Amino acid sequence: MASSLIDGNSILAVDVGAANTRAVMFDVVEGEYRFVASGVAPSTAEAPFKDVSEGVRNAIVNLQAVLGKTLLDGSRDLITPSQPNGSGVDGLVVTISAGPTIKAVLVGLLKDVSLESARRLAESTYVRIVETIGLNDLRKPEQQIDAILRVRPDLIVITGGTDGGASRSIHKLLEPIGLASFLLPEEKVPAVLFAGNEKITEEIKTLVGSFASALHVSPNVRPSLETEDLEPAQRELANMVVNIRKRQIKGVDVLDVWSGGHVLPTAYATGRMVRFLAKVYSADKGILSVDLGASAAVISAGFKSKFTLNVYPQFGMGDTLAGLLNHTTLEDILRWSSLDISEGVLRDYLHQKSLYPSTIAATKEDLVMAQAVSRQALYLAMQSARRDFPRDAARIKPTLTPLFDPILASGGALNDASHPGQSLLLLLDSIQPVGVTTVILDQNNLLPLLGAAAAQNSLLPVQVIESGAFLSIGTVVVPIVSANYGTPILRATLVYENGAESRVDLKYGSLETLPLSSGETGKLTIQCLRGADVGFGPGRGGTISVSGGALGVVFDGRGRPLNLPADAVRRRELIKKWNWTLGGE
Amino acid sequence: MQAPVHHIIGLTSIVRERLLPISGTVLVRLGQKVNPSDVVAEANWSREHVLLDVAQLLGVSSNTADRLIKCKVDDRLVASAEIAVGKGLFPRSVSTPREGRVVVVGGGQVLIEVGDSKMELRAGISGTVIEVIPNRGAVIQTAGALIQGVWGNGRIDSGLLVNLAEKPDGVLTAARLDVSMRGSVILGGMVKDAEALKAAADLPVRGLILSSLYPSLIPLAREMRYPILLTDGFGPLVMNSVAYKLLSTNVKRDVTVNAEANDRYSGNRPEVIISLPTSADLPPLHEFETFAPGLQVRMRRPPAMGMIGSIVAVKPGLTTLLSGLRAPAAEVKLENGETVVAPLVNLEVVG
Repeated sequence: MASSLIDGNSILAVDVGAANTRAVMFDVVEGEYRFVASGVAPSTAEAPFKDVSEGVRNAIVNLQAVLGKTLLDGSRDLITPSQPNGSGVDGLVVTISAGPTIKAVLVGLLKDVSLESARRLAESTYVRIVETIGLNDLRKPEQQIDAILRVRPDLIVITGGTDGGASRSIHKLLEPIGLASFLLPEEKVPAVLFAGNEKITEEIKTLVGSFASALHVSPNVRPSLETEDLEPAQRELANMVVNIRKRQIKGVDVLDVWSGGHVLPTAYATGRMVRFLAKVYSADKGILSVDLGASAAVISAGFKSKFTLNVYPQFGMGDTLAGLLNHTTLEDILRWSSLDISEGVLRDYLHQKSLYPSTIAATKEDLVMAQAVSRQALYLAMQSARRDFPRDAARIKPTLTPLFDPILASGGALNDASHPGQSLLLLLDSIQPVGVTTVILDQNNLLPLLGAAAAQNSLLPVQVIESGAFLSIGTVVVPIVSANYGTPILRATLVYENGAESRVDLKYGSLETLPLSSGETGKLTIQCLRGADVGFGPGRGGTISVSGGALGVVFDGRGRPLNLPADAVRRRELIKKWNWTLGGE
Repeated sequence: MQAPVHHIIGLTSIVRERLLPISGTVLVRLGQKVNPSDVVAEANWSREHVLLDVAQLLGVSSNTADRLIKCKVDDRLVASAEIAVGKGLFPRSVSTPREGRVVVVGGGQVLIEVGDSKMELRAGISGTVIEVIPNRGAVIQTAGALIQGVWGNGRIDSGLLVNLAEKPDGVLTAARLDVSMRGSVILGGMVKDAEALKAAADLPVRGLILSSLYPSLIPLAREMRYPILLTDGFGPLVMNSVAYKLLSTNVKRDVTVNAEANDRYSGNRPEVIISLPTSADLPPLHEFETFAPGLQVRMRRPPAMGMIGSIVAVKPGLTTLLSGLRAPAAEVKLENGETVVAPLVNLEVVG
């Protein structure tokens, strides 16, 4: 038995989602940190409870039942640190995505420079941009004041001016902000983040400090015209979001005390983990994390040169679902459906589901609609996030998704599938990855919790990830080629550890699989036909090591971008066939 | 597992907070009896402002402009009122373009709120004021029937209840509405076309209580000046039998339709309140229950969406549903005699 090389502090990690609250225990097993167990309970941010700590306590009670260990005392308070009798935990970290969408006003100088950075900064958390004020704004100051009073923002993000650059223009922009804040009722005065010209920070403190409910200052997101550095401001914004949640939702303050201030927005914690993984594991390809939950669709990508985090509440599967039609059409959603469903039925579904966001699909037709909606929401989120991916990211074609390995997927919408193939097909359709990649399903939504725990214990995330706490769906091979339907585009041979071989001939328009169980590895020799490119160059093949998963090795020959047949009957038959190939009915 | 509760109850104690969104004047006192149309509180508010940069207009510094400005905060000014005059042989002056109230003076500028309008907050229900909240409103208590809805168009009104839905699956059309229904609250079925909403506005009615509305009509419903409350949702949905029975047995009574938007975080929901005389002490409403056999529930998703039933058994562990998903579930005996298995998250307790 391996001896412990680490100080064995047990860590309880809690994620407060819009629909569910999860309590997860990480502890040392045989000398290394492991994901031990989880307990889930409905979240209680909403009425009638209006107190998130109630749902957290319920989730911990369910976790206690699994662990056979006491974590809460008689008053339902967390026992910390661990007691000699085995009860309690040594530390707690919390992530939170529950709560109403935070309304933000962006203030900056130039539309394509500081305001664009402000947009990227705001999109890194659960924020809806309700108003933008910049130098090119043609409205009178009083019209800007009225606009701010109408939207009643929770947050104002001020950017602009390179370090030592413009200051008078920023002063001018702040006048209507200050006046509007002065006119708002005290409890509605927004918090302000200043992430602009560092040389005027003191003036900003004098000017803005008098009217903001809280003024936070972070290093400039645009220290120079050519440089953008969002990371410090994202950290500050994450703190502000937690403070806003404390104001909005009862119980967040209790969790803050229990955790000793280790509360983070879920998306930020996920991003922190992706950034970490990109640094530790990434070679030439990027690392991608997608999370489709009730609160938002979150896309986080780590590249050699850059890290991006995009949070899209408008593409979440919760009570904003009916609003998805502001961004897409019923026809575009239905293209993903394997059943003949009318636009009217889908429209009714979207509106009814947004009344009851925590409900799940109990019938086949409901599940098909849920999956079609999820596909389109994730597709739209991915299309939006791609704008921020670096130009120098490794790609097969500039117009396609960059090369990623691995792709991590989580969230209720992805985990609410009847089999892993359903989740994989949803990911292949919406993300449209290219080349060779590993797809991993984070069934217990551990990624953000590991990101939060990393601040307390940097060994924990590494050891938990390497312990197999995630479900590997398998290795996916996606050749890029222009060909006619049915044309052979790739041949592959998989040699197993025991020397056995399996072969596949992939035709354009089809999906194929080769079995390779979780924990197994094999040598995959790929021969590209008709100039197909899997990342080695057009027409070039090679031999690579691949790891197994629930579906083994999956070959997606359907082309990129994925063009579905216009004929609805043929399209539905194809979708059924693809689903069947990946283990569905 | 804790279950959400959807209140549809024949007689209960109802306590409702009625608050202005901004500070104003409360017009009722503790213990006062109020009717639905009584104004509980009022406030003046303005959607528009005018910013006069006096310093710039007079060509002087901010400090100098501050000394020249003649008005102060809270002054009410008529249109064209002179608020500052410069120095010199031919001094320039600054006047207000519109009538309004001064809200900020300083930094060489004057901010005036214009287009002042009065906001009146009505009681909405018949009852007794049990608490006055200074500058904001009051808490009113009544006893009666409470029928919560799932969606509202943001309006509130009250009137006599008229039933135009002979059955829970009735459809309200424009042809069913006539002048005898002016000023009434109409219990309709589902609404499929815009004409029905427009005809109700033309009468006008004091409210529509519907089982469902076609989603394409949501923008129009939001424009209507009368309240529209949905008991069950969107699309062709039948009114749930508990709500239909309670509403249809209360025709000719005064009902309040508070079609406020459903707010998950505050707990505010659209609701119909029918105040009833009672001398009994009524127990408070349960806001949540624990799923257990015998509880009356409503199906929130297919199969049998909207139907009422009672829990026969809560199944242990996870159950595989028709969709293939696995979730905690219960066996539910529906009112039509059929028994179905439904995930617990798709159920809500009715009572």
